[in-house]
Amino acid sequence: MTASGLHTCFKLLEVRVENARTRTLVLDGAQEGTQPGQYLMAWLPGVGEKPFSIAGNHPLALTVADVGPLSHALCSLEPGADVWARGPLGHGFEPLGRRHLLVGGGYGAAPLAFLAGQLLVLGGEVTVCLGARCAAELLLVRSLQAMGCRVWTATEDGSAGRQGLVLEPAREALLEGVDCVYACGPTGMLLAVARAAREAGVPAQLSFEALMRCGVGLCGSCELPEALCAEVGLMPGWLVCHDGPVARLDI
Amino acid sequence: MNPDLRTQFLGMALANPLVLASGVLGTSASLMERVAREGAGAVTSKSAGPEPRAGHPNPVALAWQGGVLNAIGLTNPGAREEVGVLREAGRRLRAMDVPLFASIFAPRVEDFAETAKTIAEAEPDLIEINISCPNVASEFGTPFSASEESAAEVTRAVRQAVSLPLSVKLAPNVPQIGRIARAVVLEGADAITAINTMPAMLIDAQAGKPVLSNLTGGLSGPALKPIALRCVWEIARSVSVPIIGTGGVSSGEDAAEMLMAGATLVGVGSAVWQHGPAVFGRIATELRDFMAREGYPDLASLLGKAC
Repeated sequence: MTASGLHTCFKLLEVRVENARTRTLVLDGAQEGTQPGQYLMAWLPGVGEKPFSIAGNHPLALTVADVGPLSHALCSLEPGADVWARGPLGHGFEPLGRRHLLVGGGYGAAPLAFLAGQLLVLGGEVTVCLGARCAAELLLVRSLQAMGCRVWTATEDGSAGRQGLVLEPAREALLEGVDCVYACGPTGMLLAVARAAREAGVPAQLSFEALMRCGVGLCGSCELPEALCAEVGLMPGWLVCHDGPVARLDI
Repeated sequence: MNPDLRTQFLGMALANPLVLASGVLGTSASLMERVAREGAGAVTSKSAGPEPRAGHPNPVALAWQGGVLNAIGLTNPGAREEVGVLREAGRRLRAMDVPLFASIFAPRVEDFAETAKTIAEAEPDLIEINISCPNVASEFGTPFSASEESAAEVTRAVRQAVSLPLSVKLAPNVPQIGRIARAVVLEGADAITAINTMPAMLIDAQAGKPVLSNLTGGLSGPALKPIALRCVWEIARSVSVPIIGTGGVSSGEDAAEMLMAGATLVGVGSAVWQHGPAVFGRIATELRDFMAREGYPDLASLLGKAC
């Protein structure tokens, strides 16, 4: 849609309530060929511009957690409002094999329904492990179940699913045998998933989050810390906006 | 024929004439190392000033069909912190025989001298004095590059403060850039970097507003190339110091044109947007192929050919 790199102005068609602080904004556009895990820079003039992972491409959708001024403004919009976006940007998830394990932490789960849909269309078996602090912060559980995914949940306070971190059900799923792990969430969770996948001899695709400014690989703001690159085996100077946000860790 | 891309610049030996331009990816030792591995002949760090700066809020950059418009806002950790970044970058780049140029900026003349002194502790191979950022006028006032007097004043202050080689980065939006180049060379500049980005604006028609949070920004990329060629050509006719010709170079032929305009080295910045850091290796290969095809044995045979 925005091959030139400029923003396109969309109309907001629908706002879906995902949980207490997360909304999915459905827009009046489509982006054929978008990979799950790619992102858009969404802009509200006078408010700001930030990256959001694409939650669906037909129609185009963004899942937004209300955590700052721009996301609050986006979550407060009514259908009919204008939303600007440039993208799709970056590299997303690539389907690999047939038995897929998806791991989402908190609002990091945002692109996983889009990804699961694509994997199911390709004939894959999809297990999704979702974790959050509490039941109210879990995301997309019912949508993923309705799509035909097996969904396991974990919450830190035990208010839904098993008590603890999402890593535990993810480890169990890995033991069952999977062809690829796809993870999106806080950095600590990604590193733990990477370690577990390496131990299990399974390739992993991790979607990293970072402060993004230019979004086109020029400003250097979103460079992953060098120690983190070394830990997961990425080249030093890895840019989340340009080389990622999804890092592919092959075996 | 296998043309020779090696070149000499102020006594430094470079494997090729391509230099990472300041402001692009020069924010950390690891990124500068990555650019050197991709084939840059020299690397310029992102400008550091006397104090840390967060820069402007988003949107700060837009890839437009003719290039890139940006107003990052001189994001930097402050000169004191930057010394550590440059020391580590210098250590890694020296191991690859790639010179490190350290860019500095400041809001006032006296701050330029202090910042240069601090940065000199990191022992970069050259200090590039950025007197031409178009995106901080609301805070700093008219850029020092706007007049011969103010450009000369900054150069004099830095020249007195440090003994390292100096290049002064000039702005394109002046009536006679050659006169400004002459003024800074008279004050001791060893080289000229030309040009910085061109002040510009993009307005979103649906929003009815400028897109950048800073309202205006600096235009770079292909749209800037003809402007840069003219500036470099005029500077080459005005002074005899080497020129780092920067603006819109994204192919080997672009680089050849910049050398023909009178540049000794060729800055590459926005091309990283379209092609990633690997653009350095690609431009070098294309330049060598062009020289082989057209019968240029070395860079000296290209230098100033169009002047």
